[in-house]
Amino acid sequence: MGSKIEKLLIEFARIHRFMMSFLREAVSPPYEFKEIIRQCYEIGWKSFPLISLTGFIVGFVFTKQSRPSLEDFGATSMLPALISIAIVRALAPLVTALIASGKVGSQIGAELSSMNVTEQIDAMEVSGTNPTKFLVSTRIVATTLMIPILCFYVAGIGLIGGYLSIVGKDDLSMLAFFTQVFETIAAKDVFAMVIRAVVFGFTIGFASSYVGYFSTKGTEGVGKAANSAVVSSMFLVFVEELLIVQLLALLN
Amino acid sequence: MEKNNVHIDRNEVVIHVDNVSKSFGSLHVLRDVDVKLFKGENLVVLGRSGTGKSVLIKLISGLLTPDKGHVRVLGETVNELDERALRTLRQRIGFSFQNSALYDSMTVRENLEFPLVRNKRNLSRAEINKEVEEVLEGVGLSQAINQMPSELSGGQRKRIGIARTLILRPDIMLYDEPTAGLDPITCLDINTLINEVQERFNTSSIIITHDLACAKMVGDRMVMLLDGKFERQGTFKEIFDTDDARVKSFYDYNFIV
Ligand SMILES: Nc1ncnc2c1ncn2[C@@H]1O[C@H](COP(=O)(O)OP(=O)(O)O)[C@@H](O)[C@H]1O
Ligand SMILES: [Mg+2]
Repeated sequence: MGSKIEKLLIEFARIHRFMMSFLREAVSPPYEFKEIIRQCYEIGWKSFPLISLTGFIVGFVFTKQSRPSLEDFGATSMLPALISIAIVRALAPLVTALIASGKVGSQIGAELSSMNVTEQIDAMEVSGTNPTKFLVSTRIVATTLMIPILCFYVAGIGLIGGYLSIVGKDDLSMLAFFTQVFETIAAKDVFAMVIRAVVFGFTIGFASSYVGYFSTKGTEGVGKAANSAVVSSMFLVFVEELLIVQLLALLN
Repeated sequence: MEKNNVHIDRNEVVIHVDNVSKSFGSLHVLRDVDVKLFKGENLVVLGRSGTGKSVLIKLISGLLTPDKGHVRVLGETVNELDERALRTLRQRIGFSFQNSALYDSMTVRENLEFPLVRNKRNLSRAEINKEVEEVLEGVGLSQAINQMPSELSGGQRKRIGIARTLILRPDIMLYDEPTAGLDPITCLDINTLINEVQERFNTSSIIITHDLACAKMVGDRMVMLLDGKFERQGTFKEIFDTDDARVKSFYDYNFIV
């Protein structure tokens, strides 16, 4: 029992140190711009197909499922408003973050832990260069930048999915649909979406890098790291979502 | 295979592992180990697998810290340096990893540039290219410059790994099992390269191995790690001229089996 608590405390201390060294390396020159751009490409562009499909399906299915309950009240005209609120306030950031946890989180976890296993991280360290700066800071910066961008994209494609699921049923032009959507979404909703996406992006980058960087040596360490990068990213995203919802409710 | 241009200065100690102990939990790997490396010499560290040879050079390069004792390198005490000073010192220590540890997402050129551009910030593009090409030529692999590490053979990877450390012109080289897993001819090539590095750059080196042919060819002096201590030191002959069963079996394994 005592040793478990001790282990936990040591773990927290290590996370704290990792966070501090990220912050220090991220803001101090020289910057690894080229590597940040490469990571943005790896993280953002390569998640694009999967994100597109998922975003579309979520918008489509959610709208389809919501329509009957509004129909009961004869309120199908409210559908665009409902969808836009649901997508911007909750679905887009959450879907983006969960997909990215799976796709990007596992990638970062596996990459860093295999570099750790094959002593590439040690090799950077002993050549007088700084592996935290090159490997970790760049990835965290990239996820923090790319998840919000992907999130906007998911919101857009989700709304298109929503529109396409009702276009046959309600006699609603695309223009009318999107006019109603934009009338409903307030600036503060978009702001809240961006905050969420930034928090989630940072979390995914940080948790996955941490897990990969400190993975146990050995081949099975790579699989374990990829796995726990995904699990811890997703878990943290849900916890943060809960906290953010409470916080926003308080602010309103 | 006599060495010609080797200048060993036994008055100048470049590394002093001063009564160092290191344990992992209840596993006592090194116990009061004491060894010196002199300027210009090739010191071979012999020992069976798991005796702590890699731990020893990781202590020297500051990847691990000793539980007890001091590691002094080029006049600095490694385990007392702050991060910045340690980084500066490390530029003077080349570390060749057992599995080469090439950056597998980068080409050979990018691998070699990596330490150079980050440690010598004022170099121009042309100077960087020149350095990279020169060092590659030195290890005989100019043609591999645009290849990925995964396209190289084990021996080539080892050479690139050594080239990547030579590019900073280190005063000290640490080789972790440079010939492990290579065929005999490639071993010979790598051993020749190790001696060339010693002659050309006047580096002082520690070579870890359990390959006695390698030890004989590159070593000016040898030490053998037995049960966490260096119990035997000297020339090849001096080390193996003993009745100690642990030493004898080590010799027998290499030359009879
Ligand atoms: N970072 C570490 N954590 C725990 N144990 C380690 C660590 N590094 C090495 N060891 C243990 O120390 C012993 C010596 O390892 P090593 O120096 O790698 O042996 P070798 O002489 O074959 O190079 C081994 O039993 C190894 O398991
Ligand atoms: Mg070893």
